[in-house]
Amino acid sequence: MDVLNLSQWQFAITSVYHFFFVPLTLGLSVLTAIMETIYASSGQEVYKRMAKFWGTLFLINFAMGVVTGIVQEFQFGMNWSEYSRYVGDIFGVPLAIEALLAFFLESTFLGLWIFGWDKVSKGLHAAFIWLVAVGANISALWILIANSFMQHPVGYELENGRAVMTDFGALLANQYVWTQFPHTVLSGFTTGAVFVFGISLYHLLRKKDEDVFRRSLNLATVFGSISILLVILVGHSQTQQLVRLQPMKIASVEALWESMDPASFSLFTWGDEANLKDRFALRIPNLLSILAYNQPTGLVKGIRNLQAEYEQQYGPGDYVPSVFTTYWTFRIMVGAGLLIFALMGLSLYYIVRNKPLTSFKWARFLPLAIALPYLANSTGWLLTEMGRQPWVVYGLLKTENAFSPNLTPGMVLASVIILTLVYGALMAADVYLLVKFARKGPEQPEGLEQPGAAGAD
Amino acid sequence: MDLNTLWFILIAVLYIGFFVLEGFDFGVGILLPFLGKDDARRRLIINTIGPHWDGNEVWLITAGGATFAAFPHWYATLFSGFYLPLFIILIALIFRGVAFEFRSKDENPRWRSFWDWAIFGGSAVPALLFGVAFTNLMHGVPIDANMNYTGGFWNLLNPFALLGGLVSLLGFILHGAVFLSLKTEGEMMNSALRAARRLWPPTVAVLAAFVVAMYFFTDVLKQLGINPGPIPIGSVLALLAAGYFIYSRRSGWAFAMTALAIVFSAATIFLVLFPRVMVSSIDPSFSLTIYNAASGQYTLRTMSIVALVFVPVVLAYQGWSYWIFRKRLSEKAEMHY
Ligand code: HDD
Ligand code: HEM
Ligand code: HEM
Repeated sequence: MDVLNLSQWQFAITSVYHFFFVPLTLGLSVLTAIMETIYASSGQEVYKRMAKFWGTLFLINFAMGVVTGIVQEFQFGMNWSEYSRYVGDIFGVPLAIEALLAFFLESTFLGLWIFGWDKVSKGLHAAFIWLVAVGANISALWILIANSFMQHPVGYELENGRAVMTDFGALLANQYVWTQFPHTVLSGFTTGAVFVFGISLYHLLRKKDEDVFRRSLNLATVFGSISILLVILVGHSQTQQLVRLQPMKIASVEALWESMDPASFSLFTWGDEANLKDRFALRIPNLLSILAYNQPTGLVKGIRNLQAEYEQQYGPGDYVPSVFTTYWTFRIMVGAGLLIFALMGLSLYYIVRNKPLTSFKWARFLPLAIALPYLANSTGWLLTEMGRQPWVVYGLLKTENAFSPNLTPGMVLASVIILTLVYGALMAADVYLLVKFARKGPEQPEGLEQPGAAGAD
Repeated sequence: MDLNTLWFILIAVLYIGFFVLEGFDFGVGILLPFLGKDDARRRLIINTIGPHWDGNEVWLITAGGATFAAFPHWYATLFSGFYLPLFIILIALIFRGVAFEFRSKDENPRWRSFWDWAIFGGSAVPALLFGVAFTNLMHGVPIDANMNYTGGFWNLLNPFALLGGLVSLLGFILHGAVFLSLKTEGEMMNSALRAARRLWPPTVAVLAAFVVAMYFFTDVLKQLGINPGPIPIGSVLALLAAGYFIYSRRSGWAFAMTALAIVFSAATIFLVLFPRVMVSSIDPSFSLTIYNAASGQYTLRTMSIVALVFVPVVLAYQGWSYWIFRKRLSEKAEMHY
């Protein structure tokens, strides 16, 4: 393994770890804020208990989001110094703005929220958690502005072999941002909703604290239904956008070796990647054209054709990402999305019919659905990032030219191994605490503890 | 003043802010096993920095982001060159960050003691290594014509840099002890003051040694002259004044003085550097400067506008949060961590 490969592994591992915690932060902060707002405006104690219970879980998760994020901030310079030199002019800007606008907001107001329960008025205290939620979502916006530039570079010029920013407005108006940002944030909302849904149902099945958990479940169902519907709609427009902006990613997602019009959708493909052909394939005619253009016909370019086109344009090289990865990650994400959609629909149906979801025959299996959004989030990013290979900045800079030339494989290998072990151990501790506190349920009404102080005295 | 100079100053301000703020919470973390004799006291110590440590750390993250945006070559050369020390710092910060949240969430004494040591190590290692890293910046490291670092890891641990690390380590512990005496009362306050009294003489000694060594190991003479001017001298004076206030038990003033000493010491490093951002020990013409390492003027202008609008807002609400938590903590107070 060389420095390039090892650095790729390191980036993939640290990013997937970071994004394991991020979506729950995005969603649970908003849900906690809604609960506390109801408490502040109506004075009903049960909503305070809800906010404290879910807030505790939020904090345990948040801690890991923070520490894995710090590594993200520095590893561009550490492992991708050529990349940093090439695009720092543009890419560094949203990163710096993210820290200034979002991280200060999140961290300062989270401190105020945790330690300020009896220092300020109810309303102001609820405002604190809203500011945390806003900060988290602003952070998503800026980091995705950065990521979107890598997917679809705009607002730049090449000067002395470096990309130089010429139009900040274009960076913000990048069409890629305005699908990627809603898709990611709404995925986070979905993650938070399914998390609250699953844990609430778990307790309702044990008839514990039914007042708290019935309300939590209802709130999560409404919030989650809206979110997952929008995730799917935005995901659909992302697919259409990719047909225009990154046709290779779509061809690879569909294992579409040759251009096709009308194009068929792959239901199952067992492919031969080395020779760019099928071993076995089951395809639904016309469906891919419909997905891509909302009409039964329309050309979708194939992998071989695109490879030839890119060789003409960029010179010799391999322009095909891992078809196996993109194909399956896409299907896992979409499959998980459809399952979540069905789940939310089911819960909504029970709520509308005024029947407890616990009376559903398979209700005790439903809390397992908490895993679904996690699966979709990780596969979604793997698809986005690996489908862009061999480019690190699409059409401009290849990943193989982006790594730090002064590193030795030994150094990077050491850091990959240590990071993997440390993150793994901390994640185990984090999940242990999450499970412990989720099982334990909220403080009883007489208790006056702080969220989180619970396990301590 | 051109935009490149402005951004050099802004980044210096961010690092200095980080050292002053995170400096005391590093110090408090290092003192934890020494002053926290039982669990109640350890919780008290941790909760004095509870609402603040993450906001303080964001100064570092912002400094990193701003360096990336304004001086991409500085960001690239520094962090790829100092790969292993930076990696060790990151691992330390990771353990420290989760330790705050995790330690009190389980009653098992082994669990708690593990995270207490994580807070200690996670504070001590960066406190030492940041001094080492910044000393190396002005001392000079092997950087070639392509702006790549060519030295190894051990290169960075030269005696002068280690002395710089000792200065930052002791300085932050002293700063933390004074902070602790400012935020607590009764017995805890007394033991914090006692610690500060014991730490002050060695801190003065290593700072003095460092100042002398600077004249041998850097080009400070060329940059600032034999009389270095008010800022470096101010750092020594502030530390002396801090001693006076520590011995007369005036924690507020003592804290202001240790903060000032850190501001002036860190500012000295940036003064010696300017207009370079990394000194090459191979050939002075290979040094990175605020011109050859910078982004384009358009980027710098955009970033300046953003900074002018938002930095005051951030300062206002972060200052406000310190105001909300201005009261001293007692062992009976409600505690989160
Ligand atoms: C879509 C959302 C998203 C994405 C793609 C990323 N992050 Fe993140 N990040 C967040 C959303 C987020 C967050 C929700 O705002 C976090 C999670 C928990 C938290 O504290 O804030 C966070 C925390 C967080 C922190 C710690 C902030 C603190 O100390 O309070 C840093 C330094 C970063 N991130 C940096 C990055 C970088 C450099 C990324 C790109 C490689 C990245 N994040 C991807
Ligand atoms: C947090 C969500 C993210 C995840 C899970 C993720 C995942 C990945 C993965 C798996 C790779 C490796 C691809 C490969 O090895 O072929 C990668 C590459 C990369 N990604 Fe992301 N990514 C995320 C966000 C981002 C963001 C927001 C940025 C930019 C700000 C970014 C920048 C990069 C870079 C520079 C690489 C190049 C290194 C490489 O190709 O391995 N990523 N990412
Ligand atoms: C069911 C319908 C869905 C469709 C059609 C869809 C579509 C897509 C597409 C095309 C991408 C790649 C975008 C790119 O490469 O630029 C993507 C990425 C992603 N998806 Fe989905 N998705 C769906 C469901 C979900 C669900 C349910 C989740 C999580 C709860 C999710 C989370 C993500 C994430 C985190 C990314 C990476 C960020 C991004 O590029 O937007 N997706 N999705």
